[in-house]
Amino acid sequence: MPEMSLIEAIRDALDTEMEQDERVIVLGEDVGLHGGVFRATDGLQQRYGELRVIDTPLAELLIAGVAIGAAVNGLRPVAEMQFADFSFPAFDQIVSEAARWRYRTNGQQGIPLVIRMPYGAGIHGALYHSQSVEGFYAHVPGLRVVTPSTPYDAKGLLIAAIRDPDPVIFLEHKKAYRMVRGDVPEGSYTVALDQARVARGGQDLSVFAYGLMLHHCLEAAEVLAGEGIEAEVVDLRSLAPLDRDSILDSARKTGKVLVVYEDNKTLGLGAEVSALIGEEAFEWLDAPIMRLASPDIPAMPYNHAQEAWALPDTGKIVDAMRHLAGY
Amino acid sequence: MAVEFEMPRLGESVVEGTIGKWLKQVGDPVQEFEPLLEVTTDKVDTEVPSPVTGMLLEIRAQEGETVAVGTVIAVLGQAGEEPAPSPEAAAPQEEPAPALAAKADRARPGQRPVGRSYLTPVVARIAAEHDVDLAEVEGSGRQGRITKKDILRYLEQRQSAAPAPPEPHPAAAEPAVKAPLPRAAIPGLEAGDVEVPLSKIRQATVRHMRQAKDTAAHVTTFFEVDLSQVVAFRASHKARFAAEGIRLTYTPFFVEALVAGLKAYPVLNAVLDGDKMIYRRAINIGLAVDLGEEGLIVPVIKNADEKNLRGLARAVVDLAERGRTHTLAPDDVQGGTFSLTNHGVLGSLAGTPIIPMPQVGIMGVGAIQKRPVVVQVGEQEALAIRPMAYLSLSFDHRAIDGATADRFMATVVAYLEGYGCET
Repeated sequence: MPEMSLIEAIRDALDTEMEQDERVIVLGEDVGLHGGVFRATDGLQQRYGELRVIDTPLAELLIAGVAIGAAVNGLRPVAEMQFADFSFPAFDQIVSEAARWRYRTNGQQGIPLVIRMPYGAGIHGALYHSQSVEGFYAHVPGLRVVTPSTPYDAKGLLIAAIRDPDPVIFLEHKKAYRMVRGDVPEGSYTVALDQARVARGGQDLSVFAYGLMLHHCLEAAEVLAGEGIEAEVVDLRSLAPLDRDSILDSARKTGKVLVVYEDNKTLGLGAEVSALIGEEAFEWLDAPIMRLASPDIPAMPYNHAQEAWALPDTGKIVDAMRHLAGY
Repeated sequence: MAVEFEMPRLGESVVEGTIGKWLKQVGDPVQEFEPLLEVTTDKVDTEVPSPVTGMLLEIRAQEGETVAVGTVIAVLGQAGEEPAPSPEAAAPQEEPAPALAAKADRARPGQRPVGRSYLTPVVARIAAEHDVDLAEVEGSGRQGRITKKDILRYLEQRQSAAPAPPEPHPAAAEPAVKAPLPRAAIPGLEAGDVEVPLSKIRQATVRHMRQAKDTAAHVTTFFEVDLSQVVAFRASHKARFAAEGIRLTYTPFFVEALVAGLKAYPVLNAVLDGDKMIYRRAINIGLAVDLGEEGLIVPVIKNADEKNLRGLARAVVDLAERGRTHTLAPDDVQGGTFSLTNHGVLGSLAGTPIIPMPQVGIMGVGAIQKRPVVVQVGEQEALAIRPMAYLSLSFDHRAIDGATADRFMATVVAYLEGYGCET
């Protein structure tokens, strides 16, 4: 099984699906000739031609609208927002049209659309290249929101998203693109779009995370293991809908819950996971549910020290986990 | 200004608390959050912190006193300040102090409750489910808080420390220190629900029934009895008893029959005490008396074997009457060696009664109904209409085996079926 980086697994998934399903097209800014700013679509235009790998103008509203139209007419578009931060001009198309199509057609027609969005900070992207947008999209009924943390999941989830009959917001943490490597099977396989994964078993506390933060949490869990504290780390993978059963199973098992996310703290995934556990697993709790997230600041700072201050990292997660374990 | 300090509510279902110990005396300076006193409830003992920094000006509830939640138990203020006059001593003040009365159990904003006095949901739930006295659990959490691990470890140790279930012992039947009532996880009150504290009788019933089920190995055996002779006897003597002021019910007949059975099988008039049996000389029959909504009480007919039918009938009427009028003496409800419950009065056909600890058996009597039965008349079998009833015997299989129990019941049945015919 070849080892790949997360970005290579994304490209492999696109290639695999485009090869076996000619309805699959890719569109976005610089995805064709240039191969994408992160190289996610590198070589695809040469292989599948300009009609299936389409360079668009710098107009995200157009990208989303064209993709929706293509999907309604039988194609399986995979649109790329060059940075998740740029998806806001397309917000209206995504939320008002794509998310509602199934409802609007009385359940008869879905929009088999995938919108890939590199998101997240830690690469000195500053105000316009660092945002976490999952909270916005996960709030919208009618949208699936998934984010892989491993190359294996990246390929399997993306293929599953392309085959899904309804719109999927596919979030890829840009710092994880080359940082995370792992084995990826050749050929076609899928990973269920609505299931969390226990990335590390433990009984002393549960840590819920996704994307890049999952890796920091796994590192932190290793540190705590040296202190005799066994943390269970759960990769949420599906942010909407949440895998309620897996979340509640883990929370009930350990009774102590920490949610780690890079988005700013207020009204993010941490709020929803906490509320779910508070509602459904209150009687199993042995400590207050904790959230570790970025502060509620208007944007990610550019200054290196400030960016580091803003982001949860392994050290901060270790501290939070230790505090929770000792509660 | 002086602050009145109320008995805090230490748990959702806790309505009163007993002052265990004052940790500060009048005139002592206190810091905010410093333990002020220990409060004992029927569940846990808890240190209660001072809500303010200042001085303890007055103590209004003494050690050992039990007061309702919300009762003012102390007054706190600054040195030199006079305690506000107690409510009985003065007209209402223009600035009512209760508005400022600190609720020690309410966390201040940003201030988390810590330490042993604070239970997390999971600890509270496990404690309730397993009937744990939290005073016995060591806390390893922050500032001594009892964590889930602590209580699970405690349960494990309790399990291994007591390989056998607690043995019934006459002296232990009424534990001096009452264990907290067991609770299941219950969803919170919803609109329209009514929460009513348990009566003393109901609290005792909760404990006794649970203890019995947790202790005895209950087995119930059923017999059918033809009460023709008893019914006939009662019919012909009822008026004569009534003339003496005694209402003749069926109960004394069953007590008589039990006495006959217990004399023949003394093992049922006994107590299992660890590795030995104690056979009781006296035959004292506990009689379940229904008090309606109030509950159930079991007064005891002492020395039932020394009473004739008249004496038994008189005792039954007397005990039932005094049970219903709350005039039983404590002694009247103690010392039973075997019990009888006449649940058939309300139409129940057969029951599986719970054995009152530390006894080893209880007989239930179902409704007396006329039923067609096959009878033998000389060589002939015939259908006859007979007053029949089902008798059930719940016995503690740890002490008694099925064959013995059934022989005992056969004796009781024979006694009733041959009532008044014996030579």
